[in-house]
Amino acid sequence: MVNLSICVGSACHLKGSYEVIEKFKTCVENNNLNDSIVIKASFCLGQCTEAVSVKYKDNIYSVTPETAEKFFDEVIKKSIA
Amino acid sequence: MKKKFDNQAQYFKYKVLKEVIKSQKNDNLIKDLLVIPQRIIPGPVAETRCCIYKERAIINERVKNVIYEYNDNVVNVIDLACDECPVYRFTVTEACRGCLAHHCRENCPVGAIEIINKRAHINQEKCIECGKCSAVCPFEAISDVKRPCITSCKIKAINIETDTKKAIINQDECINCGACVSRCPFGAITDKSHVLDIMKLIHNSNSNTKYKVYCIVAPAIAAQFPDAELDNIVTAIKQLGFYQVVEAAIGADIIADYESKLLEEELKTKNFITSSCCPAFVRYIKIKYPELIDNISTAVSPMIATARLIKNSDKDAKVVFIGPCVAKKAESAQDNLSDDINYVMSFEELVAYLDAYEIEPSQCESSPLDNASYFGRIFARSGGVTEAIRNSAAKQNLDLELRPVVCNGLEECDRALKLAKLGKLNGNFIEGMACIGGCVNGPVSLFKKPSGTNIINSSALSAKNKDTTDFMKTYNIDEFNLNI
Repeated sequence: MVNLSICVGSACHLKGSYEVIEKFKTCVENNNLNDSIVIKASFCLGQCTEAVSVKYKDNIYSVTPETAEKFFDEVIKKSIA
Repeated sequence: MKKKFDNQAQYFKYKVLKEVIKSQKNDNLIKDLLVIPQRIIPGPVAETRCCIYKERAIINERVKNVIYEYNDNVVNVIDLACDECPVYRFTVTEACRGCLAHHCRENCPVGAIEIINKRAHINQEKCIECGKCSAVCPFEAISDVKRPCITSCKIKAINIETDTKKAIINQDECINCGACVSRCPFGAITDKSHVLDIMKLIHNSNSNTKYKVYCIVAPAIAAQFPDAELDNIVTAIKQLGFYQVVEAAIGADIIADYESKLLEEELKTKNFITSSCCPAFVRYIKIKYPELIDNISTAVSPMIATARLIKNSDKDAKVVFIGPCVAKKAESAQDNLSDDINYVMSFEELVAYLDAYEIEPSQCESSPLDNASYFGRIFARSGGVTEAIRNSAAKQNLDLELRPVVCNGLEECDRALKLAKLGKLNGNFIEGMACIGGCVNGPVSLFKKPSGTNIINSSALSAKNKDTTDFMKTYNIDEFNLNI
């Protein structure tokens, strides 16, 4: 199991944490990755200017609701596959 | 006195806190201990006491109260500062004409009034403080003066010690509402401070690398700094070294939702339920109406819910709550809740802390604070809890016919509880707030004016989230326990 943490602190929340989480949930579902990835909300990842912050395997990325799917395919799926 | 304080007694409390924090910050506390009283009372003329030496001695006691933990009590009397209030309630004033009628003497049921030299005199040994003499005097010449601490204490936990004439608090009955703390005109009753512990907690976090120190702010914060926006205050608090500032109103959102479900269930078997977010109100029931304990909602307070939310996402997190409340200091120390909240700090302490670090909120950049909804934020004023629960129940289509009894202040709470005990409560939900107006008028807040409620309302309206569930969508609430 790998954690995928999405910041829900105010800065990120306002820029669409919820949408990002929803997109990720769909991606996990569509790719049958329920057993390998846990989506978790987190209070502040310390990168408020780069909202929405997403933490995956000790790296912090900046993701928006628009780029969420692309990010999932390029970073997460690749690392798991 | 700067305008930001409610009164001069609060200003002195602030000055002591600020000096102690400043000394601790410069690692100079031990050296400064003996000079702090002199800094605060420079003299040469005494303002309130017999001489500057007594005034300084009192400052010394205040400093001791910040530095040491003498006992487990949250509210303590500073003995040296308490001694000049009148002990006798009824006294004959200059206005007495020594009239012919002597209504006072005729109406005294215990024969405590004599006429000496054409003036009425009350024999205080006999007086039972019934007030009849004062009521019948045609010149209104008999004054009724109660000690402010005794008047403020609605559970009657304050007595006057016979020998020393000092106030003593019966700790078994004290509900830590803090009314006496804010009402003593000499500032002789004070709440325990953990501000030095908080400074150490932040310092030892190694700039939030060893563990992270989160700060939860009560929604009443919106009314505390008239010249700064909420967003600026958040930056100011972060500059003290906190990792992140989180709204307690998120917890209030969660609790509104949870409480409405709980009510739907509980009201099937119980006649009524009381709210549980005000710890002073909860303790009031436990002490004065123990037979109603089962009617207290089992939901945790918004403060605890928010803390659990944070600790659920970061298990090493340390959490400090900042608010207008003395009772929260007691709540956080309860055995079953002490793992949730590390320390509680008052708004009084916050402003001293910021000033000691020379941080001016109005000059700070803005960091957004916008997680909670309108409903979570109005928990800070009377009636808000009820509105939020009603909204949640409607949104979830619950089978709940809410008949609320909104109690604003302990006197109204007592009235409702008395009726509830007799089975005559006209409603099925008691919203109890110990402070009149709600948390926004908390005893250790800086801004206690009627307009506070409007400020809370407009801060609530500015929340981007309009509904209690907006934030919860991002969070799996089932992961943690919302019961006490």
